[in-house]
Amino acid sequence: MNTRQKKKIIEKIKSVSFLAPSGLGVLIFFVLPFFVIVYYSLLDNPVKKNFVGIDNFVNVMQNSAFQSAITNTFVFSLISVPLAVILSLLLAMLLDCKIPFKSQFRTIFLSPLVVPVASIVLVWQVIFHTHGALNSIVAEMGGNPIDWLDSKYNQLIVLSLFLWKNLGYNMILFMAGLGNIPKDLIEVARLENANRFQIFCKIKLRYLSPTIFFVTIISLINSFKIFREVYLLTGGYPYGNIYYLQHFMNNQFEKLDYPKISTAAIIMCVFMIIIIGILFIVENRFGKEVEE
Amino acid sequence: MRRKKIIARLFGTILAAVFALVFLYPTIVTFANSFMSSTEIMAHYGMVFKDQEETNEWWSYDQQKDTTYKNDKVKIKIRPSRVTLSQYASVLFKSPEYLFKFWNSVNLVIPILIFQILVALGASYSFARFKGRLKELMFFVYIILMLMPYQVTLVPNFMVANWMGTLNTYWSIILPGIFSPFSVFILTKYMRRIPSSYVEAAKMDGANEWNIFTKIYIPLCKGVIVSVAILVFIDYWNMVEQPLIMLSDADKHPLSVFLAQINQGEVGLAFAVASIYMIPCILLFLYSEEYLIDGITYAGGLKG
Repeated sequence: MNTRQKKKIIEKIKSVSFLAPSGLGVLIFFVLPFFVIVYYSLLDNPVKKNFVGIDNFVNVMQNSAFQSAITNTFVFSLISVPLAVILSLLLAMLLDCKIPFKSQFRTIFLSPLVVPVASIVLVWQVIFHTHGALNSIVAEMGGNPIDWLDSKYNQLIVLSLFLWKNLGYNMILFMAGLGNIPKDLIEVARLENANRFQIFCKIKLRYLSPTIFFVTIISLINSFKIFREVYLLTGGYPYGNIYYLQHFMNNQFEKLDYPKISTAAIIMCVFMIIIIGILFIVENRFGKEVEE
Repeated sequence: MRRKKIIARLFGTILAAVFALVFLYPTIVTFANSFMSSTEIMAHYGMVFKDQEETNEWWSYDQQKDTTYKNDKVKIKIRPSRVTLSQYASVLFKSPEYLFKFWNSVNLVIPILIFQILVALGASYSFARFKGRLKELMFFVYIILMLMPYQVTLVPNFMVANWMGTLNTYWSIILPGIFSPFSVFILTKYMRRIPSSYVEAAKMDGANEWNIFTKIYIPLCKGVIVSVAILVFIDYWNMVEQPLIMLSDADKHPLSVFLAQINQGEVGLAFAVASIYMIPCILLFLYSEEYLIDGITYAGGLKG
C-alpha cells in the first residue's frame, strides 16, 4: 500500500469518526425506522403481517377525515403563504426606508418569533370567544354574537396567529436579501432617472427573486406545521375547517393504527420531497442567474 | 420634491408604528394582565371561561365555585386598576404544579440544547472539512429531514421509542431532539466558509485533527454556536407536538402544553404563568437579538 492510499484511508477514518455520533443517531431515529414505516404501510396490520400492497394508500386517501384534513391544510396554505410573503416583504422594505427608530421596529417585528404561542394564546381566546371581546363590540353595534372559533372565520383566526408568529422570520430573510443588492446599481438607475417603481420592479425584485422563492417554500412548509396554534386555541378536537393534517395523525396515534399512520406519513413525505426538489432545482437556476 | 419625501417618510413611520402595535399587543396584554388580582381577572374575563368551567369541572383542582361578580361585557383591559403581584405569589407559593411543569420544560430543553450542539459540531466539522459522494448524499438527507414537518418525523420517532420502551419518558423526546439535523445544517454552512489556509497553517505547526477542531473551528464558530443555541432553545421551549404524542402522562407535560389547559382551570393565574413562561425567551432575545438575526440569515438559502 503506498503512502497516498494510506493517507486517504486515514482521512476517511477521521472524517467518519467526527460524523459518527450524529450519523448513527439520524440513522437510528429517522432513516432506518423510515424503511420500517414503508414496510408497515404495505401490511394489513403489524401482528398478522399480511401483505396488502397499496390497499392502505387507497383506504387512507378515501378516508373522509384524511380528505378534510388535507383540504383544510391546503386551503390554509393557499391563503397564508402569499400573505406571509407579501407582508414580510413589505415590512422589510419599510425598514429599508429612511424612517426613525428602525432598530426598535425591527426588534418589535421579530419579537413574536421568541414569544411562546402558549403564552399569548389566552389573548386570542379572550378576543374570539362566544362571550369574548370581539362579540362585545359586535353586540354593541347590534350584531349577533357567535362563537368565532366555530364559525367560517376560524381559518382567519388561525391565520392571524400564524402571521403574527412567522412574519418576523421572513422579514429578516428579506432584509438580508435587500442588503445584498449592490448599492451602485440603484445609484446608476437613479442617475438615469428611473423612478422608485421601476427600481423596485427591475432591480430589487430581480435580485430578491431567490429570497422570495426561498421564503415562499419555507412559509409553505411552516403552514403545514400549523397545529400547535390550533391545538393551543381549541384543544385536540377542533371544529370542522381547522382540522389539519397533524390532528389526523394525532388521532391515529391514539388508536395506534400503525399501517394508517405509516401510510399517511409516507404520502406526506412524498409530497414534501417533491416540494423540496422544486426548491433545489429553482435555487440552482436562480443562483446562477444572479451570479452572472 | 423635498416635501414629497417627508410625507413618504411620515407615512412609512406611521405604517411601521401600526404594525409594531399589532405585533406587541398580545405580549403586552399578557404581561399587563399578569399584574391584576385574580378577582379583577375574573371580573373582566370570567364570562369567557364560564361555560368551560361548568363543563370541565373535573379539571378544577379545588371544588369551590367562584362566585365573584362577572362583567358580562368582556373588554380587553391593559391597565390594571391596582398593580399587584398576587398572581405571581399564588403561582410561586400556592400552586406548585405550574412550577413543576416549568421544571419539566427545563428538563426537556436543556439536555437537547447541549447535546444537539455537541453532536452537531462534530458532524458539521466532518461535512465541512472532508468531501465525498456519500457525504454529499448524507448532507442532502439531513436537509430533507430538517424540512420535514412533524407529521412525518414523529412517526419514526414514535416507533423507535416504542421499541426501546422509552415511551412516556423524557428520553422519547430528548433522544430524537439531540439528533435533529437543524444545527448541523447551519453549522456546516458556516464552517464551509472557514478558509482552508487556516487548516494548512495549523498542520504545518503540527496540529492533529482534534487540535484543528477544538483550537480553530470551534473558536471561530463561537458566534454561530450562540445563534444556533438560541434558535434551538426557542423551538423546543415552544414544543407541543412531541409531548402530546410521546408522553401519555399529563404530569410530565412541559408548560407549553399545559398552558393550553390552564384557562379551563384557574384563569386568575393564567396570565402570570404565561408571563413566567415567556420571560426566559424575552430576556434571551433582548440580550442576543443580533445573534438570532445572524442565525436566521445563515439558515436562509439551502446551498453551502
